[in-house]
Amino acid sequence: MSTPQTPHTLHFMPSAGFRARAKDVVENPFLRKSFRGAMDFLMSKRAAQFPDAEELESLRSLGERIRQYNLAKLPTLLEQLEANLTKNGINVHWAETPEEANAIILGICQKHSARLMVKGKSMVSEEIELNHAAEAAGIGALESDMGEYIVQLAHEKPSHIIMPAIHKTKEEIAKLFAENVPGVAYTDNVDALIQIGRNVLRQKFLEADIGLSGVNFAVAETGTLCLVENEGNGRMCTTAPPVHIAITGIEKIVEKLEHVPPLLSLLTRSATGQNISTYFNMISSPRKPGEKDGPNEVHLVLLDNGRSQAYADEQLRKTLQCIRCGACMNHCPVYTRIGGHAYGTTYPGPIGKIISPHMLGLEATATMATASSLCGACGEVCPVKIPIPELLMRLREESFSAPHANPAMRGQGAGYSRLVSAIWRAWAAVYRSPGLYRLATWAGSRFSWLMPANQGAWTTVRTPLKPAPKRLRDMLKERG
Amino acid sequence: MSARDRILGKLKAAAPASAGELPDVAAWYAAHRGTESVADKARRFRQCIELAHAEVYSVSRGGWLQKLYEVLSAKQLEQLLVAPGTAHGKRAQEELVPLGIACPAYDQPIEQWKAAMFTATPAAFTAARAAIAETGTLILWPDADEPRLMSLVPPIHIVLLDAATIHNTFYEAMQREGWQQGLPTNALLVSGPSKTADIQQTLAYGAHGPKELVVLLIEENPQ
Repeated sequence: MSTPQTPHTLHFMPSAGFRARAKDVVENPFLRKSFRGAMDFLMSKRAAQFPDAEELESLRSLGERIRQYNLAKLPTLLEQLEANLTKNGINVHWAETPEEANAIILGICQKHSARLMVKGKSMVSEEIELNHAAEAAGIGALESDMGEYIVQLAHEKPSHIIMPAIHKTKEEIAKLFAENVPGVAYTDNVDALIQIGRNVLRQKFLEADIGLSGVNFAVAETGTLCLVENEGNGRMCTTAPPVHIAITGIEKIVEKLEHVPPLLSLLTRSATGQNISTYFNMISSPRKPGEKDGPNEVHLVLLDNGRSQAYADEQLRKTLQCIRCGACMNHCPVYTRIGGHAYGTTYPGPIGKIISPHMLGLEATATMATASSLCGACGEVCPVKIPIPELLMRLREESFSAPHANPAMRGQGAGYSRLVSAIWRAWAAVYRSPGLYRLATWAGSRFSWLMPANQGAWTTVRTPLKPAPKRLRDMLKERG
Repeated sequence: MSARDRILGKLKAAAPASAGELPDVAAWYAAHRGTESVADKARRFRQCIELAHAEVYSVSRGGWLQKLYEVLSAKQLEQLLVAPGTAHGKRAQEELVPLGIACPAYDQPIEQWKAAMFTATPAAFTAARAAIAETGTLILWPDADEPRLMSLVPPIHIVLLDAATIHNTFYEAMQREGWQQGLPTNALLVSGPSKTADIQQTLAYGAHGPKELVVLLIEENPQ
C-alpha cells in the first residue's frame, strides 16, 4: 500500500461547505433556469446524435472494451508512449502531484524567460491550479477558450467541464467585457461578444511565449497527442507560440491509432451532440527542419495525482475509463439543480464525485458520493459504460465504514461516526430478528406521541413524520 | 527514485496479468458502416460540411481556378496567401496575379512575418489530402510547403478537395492510408469554420480560427 500523502487542497473553493453552496444555488431562480435550460439543450442534442439504439449500445461496448484494454496495459503503454514521443522529439515529464506538475511547467517557462502563456482548454491544468501557480511566479497565464476566458475574467472557475461559462447569462458577460476589456462598450449581442474575445486573444496568440494545452487521447504506437475542439484556440496554442506544453492525466492513453475513431465519435456525440468537433488536432513532433511554423519545442507532462490509487483497485479502476465528455453531468438531476460550483472540486457532477476523492482524499470529499439519488442516468449515458452508481455506493462504503488497516483509498473512514454506525447496527438487528421487529413496531405505535413536531429539514416543507397508531399486524389480527 | 519510477512502480504492481484480446475495431465498422460510391460519398460529405456552415462548390478538374477567382471576387478579396511549392498553389499564383489578385507566398519561417500573418492576411488557399463523408470532414496534412498556420490564422480558408479522395469514415481513412506507419508533425481534421457556443449555448462562427471555410470540390461530373 502506498503511504498516505497530504491531499492537494484547492485554493478557490474548499470542498467542505458543499451543502451551503448547494443551498445557495437551489434558492437562486436565475442559476436554476440557466442550468436547467443548458442541460435540456445538451440532452436533446445528444439524443439526436444516437437515433439507433443498437448502434449506440454496440459503440458504447466497443468504447468500454477499448478503454479497459488500454488501462490493463497502462504501465507498458506509458513506456511505449514515452519512447515514441522521445523518438519524435517531444520531451516527456512525469509528475506525481500537482506541485510537481506546476514546477515542471513553470521551470520550462522560466528557461525561456516567458512572460505570457496562452492556454487552450485543459481540465488537468485546472486540477493542478496552474493559473494560480503561474501568477505567483510572475508569469501571465491567459485562458483562450471563450468560456474559460470569460470565467477567468470573472475570477471564477469553470462550472462545467465542456461548457465552462454555462452559469453565466449573456448580459453578465456583456457587463464583464465592458468593465474589463479596454475600449469596449456594453453589448449583449453574442456575435459581437465573440468578436471582442477573438480580437483580444488574437493579439495574445501573436505575442505569447508559451502555449499550453490538454490532451484528449495520447497514441502510444505513433507517439501522437490528440486534441478535440471547436474554436481553434487549441490549434493556436499548439501552433503559434515557440514552445508548446501539453499536460494530461496518465490514463488518457490508447495503444493503437485505430482506437481513436470510435472514442472520438463517442466523445463528441455524447458531449455536445456533434457528429464531430470542428477540429481534431493530432500532434506528433515539434517543428522539423525546413518547416516554417509550429513550436520548436514540445513537452508532455504526465500527471498522476491520485490516479494510481484508483488504478490499484479493480473496481475503482473503472473510474479511469472516463473520456471527459460531461454527459453524466448533463443528465444528472443533482448537477442540473446545483450547478458545477457547488461541488467545490475541479470536476463536478457524477464523474467529479467518483474521481475527486482520489485527487483530494476522502477527508475533503466524504459527503460528495451521498449527493446522489442513485437514479442511474449517469451510468446509462456514459459512453464508455463506467458503472457510476456502483462506484458511488463503493465510495459511500469507503467514506463511512470504520477506519481499517490497508485501506484502498486515502481518507477511508473519514465520514465514520460511532453514533451513526451504532444506529445502523441497531436498525439491522431489528430487521433481522422477528421478535425485536415486533417489539420495535409496538413501541413505535404506542409512543408515536413522542415524535417531535420539529424534525429539522424534513418539516421545513413537510408535515412531521409520525408512526401510525395501529400496526398492519394489529389491523390484520382485528379482521381475523 | 524519480516520479516516473514511482508512478510506473505503483501501476505495475497493480496491473492485471492479461489485457485480453485486442478490441476488434474493424469488426464494428464492418457491421455498422457501409461503403459508398464516390458520388454518394461526395454528396454526403457536402451535406454534412454545409450543415456545419462551410460553402461548397462543385468544380471540374480543369475549372476550379475559375471558381476560385469567382469566390474571391464575390468576397471582394484582393489578396490570397498561397503555397507556390505545391502544384495547386503555383497554378493559383500564376493565374490569379494577372487578374489583379495579390498572391503572397508562405515562403519564410513564421518568425519573420508573424505580425503580418495575424493582421494583414485576409485569406489562404490550401489543398486537402483527403476527406471523410460520414462527418463532412477535411483531412489536412500541413508540411514545409503548405504550413500549419495557413488553415488557421487567415479569416477565410479556401480548400481544394478531390472527391476521389473521400473516405466513408475516419477509421477507413487511417486504415487505407496506413497512418499507423507514421504521422506528420501535425495532422488535422477540419469540419467547418471555427465556432463556439460558450455564451448561452448560442452558436457563433469565427471564434479563433477561420470565420469562413470554402471547399472547391473537384468532381468528374460537377453539379
